[in-house]
Amino acid sequence: MTETVLPTRAEKRKFAIDMRALSPFIALIVLIIAGALINPDFLTASNLLNVVTRSAFIAIIAVGATFVIAGGGLDLSVGSMAALIAGVMILTLNNLGGGDVGTLAIGLLAAIALGAACGLANGLIVTFGRIEPFIVTLGTMGIFRSLVIWLAAGGTITMRNFELRELYRPVYFGSIFGIPYPIIAFLVVAAIGALILYRTSFGRHVVALGSNEDVARYSGVPIWRVRTLTYIIQGICVGIAVLVYVPRLGSATPTTGLLWELQAITAVVIGGTALKGGIGRVWGTVVGAVILELVANIMVLSNFVSEFLVGAVQGAIIIIAMLVQRSVHRGR
Amino acid sequence: MKATVLKFALAAGLMAGVATGATAQQKNVTIGVSIPAATHGWTGGVVYHAQETAKQLEKGYPGLKVIVKTSPDGAAQANALDDLTSQKVDALVVLPFNSDELTNPMREIKKRGTFVTIVDRGLKDPSIQDIYVAGNNPEFGRVAGKYFVDNLKQGNVVVFRGIPTVIDEERVTNFEKALEGSGVKVIDKQYANWNRDDAFKVMQDYLAKHPKIDAVWASDDDMALGVMEAIRQAKREDIKFVLGGAGMKDIVKRVMDGDKMTPANVSYPPSMISTAMGVTAAQFYTNAPMRGTYTLNAELITKDNAKNHYFPNSPF
Repeated sequence: MTETVLPTRAEKRKFAIDMRALSPFIALIVLIIAGALINPDFLTASNLLNVVTRSAFIAIIAVGATFVIAGGGLDLSVGSMAALIAGVMILTLNNLGGGDVGTLAIGLLAAIALGAACGLANGLIVTFGRIEPFIVTLGTMGIFRSLVIWLAAGGTITMRNFELRELYRPVYFGSIFGIPYPIIAFLVVAAIGALILYRTSFGRHVVALGSNEDVARYSGVPIWRVRTLTYIIQGICVGIAVLVYVPRLGSATPTTGLLWELQAITAVVIGGTALKGGIGRVWGTVVGAVILELVANIMVLSNFVSEFLVGAVQGAIIIIAMLVQRSVHRGR
Repeated sequence: MKATVLKFALAAGLMAGVATGATAQQKNVTIGVSIPAATHGWTGGVVYHAQETAKQLEKGYPGLKVIVKTSPDGAAQANALDDLTSQKVDALVVLPFNSDELTNPMREIKKRGTFVTIVDRGLKDPSIQDIYVAGNNPEFGRVAGKYFVDNLKQGNVVVFRGIPTVIDEERVTNFEKALEGSGVKVIDKQYANWNRDDAFKVMQDYLAKHPKIDAVWASDDDMALGVMEAIRQAKREDIKFVLGGAGMKDIVKRVMDGDKMTPANVSYPPSMISTAMGVTAAQFYTNAPMRGTYTLNAELITKDNAKNHYFPNSPF
């Protein structure tokens, strides 16, 4: 009897998981239709490109967060880290002083290197210190934020070289074949992320670690190395996000990246990654980031929501979107 | 002796100015200054001006000592006040994070005979403060509104709000009141949290939503910078100008240079801490009456007077 029951169950489960992977995309389509009904300007190419471009930072950071969360960890420091990296990168560019591509390249490398270093620090404290990632990254969140405030003396760190600013500006505002560079950047990051998570043994180790650490350890997964690497990947992703962020306004302030960690985590969860680890969905994460930005956009474009209630409606839409997702894969 | 003189000063009210003035030459006076740490541009400016003024005052009044303490949040500020009072300060100049929270601690300090000066955010019980130096938020909104009425005369304006607070509410209400009966119309209002990135996003959305915007009240210089970047990206020609506020040095510089998009600004100077410190020191070293409430004007900064508002060394 069990022989006849088991296969159908397995098949059902497999189908359910497919729906779960698909549901963020369904939520996205529903939102786009809702947006179009609320304001016809919503569907203009320039508006949609603006929104997707704006979601690039959170999307790129959230791809990194997908690794950390799928591996059973959490990183609350990403927003502060982004501010710190942006600040240090601009100061580096200012100190080098040049207005050429070479200067820019050094600045970009510095940003990525600092991102990796911050991630390494988080990872090592979590693994070797054996401290809850929530506490570790809450601590580094404060440290990174204070460092950028200190560097800025409470003011603003601005790119001083006008030529360099103009040279760098197209990285956010430029496009190729009509597709803005930030969109290309997050698609590439997501593609590489998906490749690593789904097609390498490291990716499978991350998921194994997230679903059951003890089983993973007994199966010979190098726990500490895998866990530390997820934080380094997160750090590098923050670095890449900063590369796209800085050319937009050419400055970093103590409020840069405020609450980005929550947005990144929300994007990851909307995308179908389990907050407790064990399931990671890179493409869902990217869609989650776009959904978050779309909701904010629709709020401003709508005429009937008072500015006092925007936050409440935004929150409600996100919860409803999640409920729609759930009902989609429960209903089948 | 210091304490007795001070108690006498508090009891005798106006006459005290004479008494302290007479003895102050021989004795030392310590003023404690408690302000928020530099967590964003404006408070960064407060810290800068407090430190500069401390140096100047110590030079100007022999025997005066000024201790400046910064705190990252309201609870830390309450602790900092304890530290300061344990150092036997004669006067305290405080820019509170949250005036409600600090009202009771300040009452205790006042009871011990310390001279109390409050800046920007008044205490719930005004009898505690000997001197109150206030920025003028309703005026800030009114001056901005008047600028639109005078210079735009008629057209569509979009408004950026800060963080939902009393400050923001007073500014926006009075801005709209100033527009009443004119041809200037507010077509949209949204919160952008006094944040550049948020203002950039909201402006992009405004531009998608409204085919014709004549001018923007960004209400804050950080937000104005985000707004201008979004306008530049959209290459829209309909927007005549963006009015920020608070007198950030980069923006004041543009006003000074005659930038067309930033023809003016409205001041809300972080240097009000200097006013408060100056008046407090004068309380101990001159015979003039100093107690009372000082409301600073929210001034319209234009090309003509911009250089009075330009502090290139300040972080803000």
